[in-house]
Amino acid sequence: MSLFNNLAGILGKLSLKQFPHDPLTMFGAGLIVLVPIVIIAILTVTKRWRWLYREWLTTQDPKRIGIMYIIVAIAMGLRGLSDVLLIRTQQAISVGSSQGILSASHFQQIVSAHGTIMIFFVAMGLMFGIINLIVPLQIGARDVAFPFLNATSFWLFFSGMVLINLSLVIGDFSAAGWLAYPPLSELKYSPTVGVDYWIWSLEIAGVGSLLAGINFLVTILKMRVKGMSLMKMPMFCWSVLGSMFLVAFAFPILTVALTLLAFDRDLGTHFFTSGGGGNMMMYVNLIWAWGHPEVYILVLPAFGVFSEVVSAFSRKKLFGYTSMVWAIWAIVFLSFIVWLHHFFTMGAGSNVNAFFGIMTMIIAVPTGVKLFNWLFTMYRGKLDLKTPLLWFIAFAVVFTIGGMAGVLMAVPPIDFQLHNSLFLVAHFHMMIVGGVVFGYFAGITYWFPKFFGFKLNERLGRYAFWCWLIGFLLAFIPLYILGFMGATRRLNHYSASLGWQPLFVVAGIGAVVIAVGVGFQFLQLIFSILQRHQNTSGDDPWDARSLEWSLPTPVPFYNYARLPAVTERDAFWIAKRTHQIDTREYEPIELPRNTPLSMIIGVSILIFAFAIVWHIWWLAAVGLLAAVVIIIRSMDENTTYTISANEVMKLDKLYREGEV
Amino acid sequence: MTKIRKKLVLSLFIVIVLIISGDYLSRVSIPVLEPKGVIADQEFRLLIIITLIMLIVVVPVFFLLAFIVWRYRDDNNHRGKYTPDWDHSRLIEGIWWGIPTLLIIVVAIITWKATYALNPYKPIASQNPTITIQVVSMDWKWLFIYPKQHIATINYIEFPVNYPVHFYITSDAPMNSFWLPQLSGQIYAMAGMQTQLYLMANVKGTFIGRSANISGIGFAGMQFSAVAVNANTFKSWVRRTSDSPETLSLSEYKKLQKPSLYVPVRFFSRPVVGLFNAVINQYMTPESQAIKL
Amino acid sequence: MAAEIEIHNTNRLIESYDRDATTILGFWVYLMTDCVLFASLFAVFAVLRNNTFGGPSGATLFSLPYVLAETFSLLTSSFTCGLAVLSAQRGNKKHTIFWFGVTFLLGLIFLIMEISEFHKFVKMGDSWQRSGFLSSYFTLVGTHGLHITIGLIWIAVMCVYVYKRGIGQTTLKRIRMLSLFWHFLDVVWIFIFTVVYLFGALHA
Repeated sequence: MSLFNNLAGILGKLSLKQFPHDPLTMFGAGLIVLVPIVIIAILTVTKRWRWLYREWLTTQDPKRIGIMYIIVAIAMGLRGLSDVLLIRTQQAISVGSSQGILSASHFQQIVSAHGTIMIFFVAMGLMFGIINLIVPLQIGARDVAFPFLNATSFWLFFSGMVLINLSLVIGDFSAAGWLAYPPLSELKYSPTVGVDYWIWSLEIAGVGSLLAGINFLVTILKMRVKGMSLMKMPMFCWSVLGSMFLVAFAFPILTVALTLLAFDRDLGTHFFTSGGGGNMMMYVNLIWAWGHPEVYILVLPAFGVFSEVVSAFSRKKLFGYTSMVWAIWAIVFLSFIVWLHHFFTMGAGSNVNAFFGIMTMIIAVPTGVKLFNWLFTMYRGKLDLKTPLLWFIAFAVVFTIGGMAGVLMAVPPIDFQLHNSLFLVAHFHMMIVGGVVFGYFAGITYWFPKFFGFKLNERLGRYAFWCWLIGFLLAFIPLYILGFMGATRRLNHYSASLGWQPLFVVAGIGAVVIAVGVGFQFLQLIFSILQRHQNTSGDDPWDARSLEWSLPTPVPFYNYARLPAVTERDAFWIAKRTHQIDTREYEPIELPRNTPLSMIIGVSILIFAFAIVWHIWWLAAVGLLAAVVIIIRSMDENTTYTISANEVMKLDKLYREGEV
Repeated sequence: MTKIRKKLVLSLFIVIVLIISGDYLSRVSIPVLEPKGVIADQEFRLLIIITLIMLIVVVPVFFLLAFIVWRYRDDNNHRGKYTPDWDHSRLIEGIWWGIPTLLIIVVAIITWKATYALNPYKPIASQNPTITIQVVSMDWKWLFIYPKQHIATINYIEFPVNYPVHFYITSDAPMNSFWLPQLSGQIYAMAGMQTQLYLMANVKGTFIGRSANISGIGFAGMQFSAVAVNANTFKSWVRRTSDSPETLSLSEYKKLQKPSLYVPVRFFSRPVVGLFNAVINQYMTPESQAIKL
Repeated sequence: MAAEIEIHNTNRLIESYDRDATTILGFWVYLMTDCVLFASLFAVFAVLRNNTFGGPSGATLFSLPYVLAETFSLLTSSFTCGLAVLSAQRGNKKHTIFWFGVTFLLGLIFLIMEISEFHKFVKMGDSWQRSGFLSSYFTLVGTHGLHITIGLIWIAVMCVYVYKRGIGQTTLKRIRMLSLFWHFLDVVWIFIFTVVYLFGALHA
């Protein structure tokens, strides 16, 4: 017995009791455990471990890192989606005497996990995935500014993802909502490890994002090919620049807010506690000082994707380029002075509320300008109504409705009536799904052939699109009405007399229709892979405009054999018209060597965070490994290799002839 | 033929959906859109005005989008002009920087005025005296104290119609949000702090209020009824409640502090004097961490 | 793919863009994010500075002469760090290591003084658990101290690096970044000294 106690001490708060017991959680946990086991088994049977290690796990190539980001994001999207189906089922049936399928605590954990996962591991994952894939290509660079840092960012993101999913298997997750307001998230009211999982998962992923933000900011500022002045960049790069600028300014605030909350829970400080001289309102301010810019961090690159897609599929120059740039920077600036609109109801004075309300509605102007510019890019164009453009049209409709709801809530007295209601939930889903997710779907469909050599099946893509759009409207229009009916968010139960059930049922049907749409997307992917030989699409399948389309497909690992000469916007479009591509000579190319160190940093930080969550203090020392790795790396002068100009020429020929 | 049939089926479907939803919406209460108090009423009007102003931009956007997609789609009967290099126009861009800016200025002026007019801390002018109610959000119920009437209730309030009601709100639990949508917007309830809210019902009736901010597993059950009645009915209710055998002593309050779910309505007579301030003060200094009176 | 290609390992730098300038810019951006981090902690301190919850305030805790000594030690280390950079620019290996050694020592003195001050407060029962004010005090000053610790490790590693590799272009670039970092910590300390200690003492 004493041995057992000792063991228990060594393992901190961890014990067998922490593994799931109820059937639903066991099923979820089983899945989380099973998926890696299946993957490991497949890799072992097909003898792919070496390949995986050499080509992917140790890679420093942003194109591969981008694909890994997107794979993780898709997997997490499925997890987020299954959360949605549980939430919608619960709310559709948990009326009156029925308590539904989930306990209150379990329901709230799922709601919190859904928000956290969708923002941090799906939206951010898709965003950094696409940025990694596209930005270096569009600016005519062969790499990012700090490739090792870039790989480390990915592995931190990955570790955060693993940690949040571990919470399903060992212990529990936060039930305090996706932003975990204290004092609910303090030890007094949330004594289990749930909130700690939340904190550390976001802390790790957040630091990863911050480093990636710095990296791409510098990449865009410093590594553009000669001739590409800022005002000649593709609009996607401008959007990413704005977004990464926000990352650099906003994510340190998240780090502070999370760390202080962790101090409150683990060290007994009084930052946000009720009592002890803490101030919970300060947390709300800090978290939204990050949280509001975060929305624009996600949506600006999606806007950038739309700029590319609308222009390419209208076969017309982007309308109002200068306006677009100004609009981006207006949004970047304004997004830092609106955070208080997330809590008009906290009792601030009229002058404060009115100021933040007005600043918020001003954002509608540059956003509106962007929308009009896209519309006028289409005007007098030749619209090729393929799925990427369809996603844009759906975005334009949904985002406008959601934006209108947003301006309504920017008026403080109206917000008093809509805050924390399902109206708000409908609003931000219309912005984030309609804006961000639709944008990244458009981007993936658009750029997919560049990296894989074949297009995604158009017909299945359309089925997926229509399911998504119809399901989306079915799922969220009822929530607007429910908000007016006084339904608040995160309710695991409500009384039958309120008459809400029919609308919740409709919303549930909407979620199912979206799930069918997701099913079509997977079918689309599988079908397209099976038919890839019939559907090879060449280097420039859309007759597009920016530099990435000038490269052979798949894109060589060094990107550009010869650096392109840029004199104007839409450089490739111009080059195609004037038949002048590649005027520079071949030159030796220096590229980073693969290294497992980024992965080792990620894993050691993961173990460190897991140890902190469970108070296994000796294990936390593993985190020091990360520091050792960084020092070792700094001593290594042999981190790059060079391909001679001659080799580059030979390789280029092979790539151009499709021999590689 | 089939095309026409398809269209017929589709329009029939739409009509049926419209009828069903119209019928549903006419039978269910939509508190935010059916205000029964002066504050909620003004908030509702504001909502309508701002919506209408925004439609000035939104409706043209939808028409423009539909028109452009229809006219410039690239199929066999493509008729629109094609100008691949036309990429800016000072005039047109000026219009869509300018008109939305003007609209936002209008909305901003309305917002500025409305935010002051509808400040929840602002007293409501009335020839009737103001009723004061102290609100404590607890795990997981609402405690209401009527300091002048010397009564207290759980998850239930009553007040006379056309009398301003002044709420002082705090929390002895995680953050909650006090929301009575048919009478006024919400405000947070936070431990160690006090927020305020004025409202006034101008119609008799029973209205549902709830917490709008997640506060733990009993959050969904934090629902209360607010009943607006005649002044006389209110008086007799106060009298009846004053006779309640249950009194809200300090020890009774400590029992209430224990978490409980879906708590039924309760009535207390003679709440201990100064309870509300003591609840706030317990978070302010170490000496008073236990409630002291 | 990459395996089939003959790879030539050279140390020749290929200038499709200026790598050193890029790295330095990256470091500046990092410092800016660190600035935001400290700014947030300062904001937290400003909010909580009067929340003493019956515990001691800054005026009763802080001893200005002690903090002044700490400050003097750190400011001098900034100066010697500058001397180290100058030596490195002249390519003088020995002097570079010497001046970094002095910087390290002064930084260490600063750190030890800070830790012993913390220790004293904790022993008196005025730890970070005592009040919101003390939580924010320990966190703000402690975060700076953590940065100093990292800086000390960096200086030590840099000395080894200079000793083993000499002073080349890469080393010089890294020395420049290290000195940026060290000066940055100096600036942050000036703010801490003013906002936390000076205002804290004046507030009485």
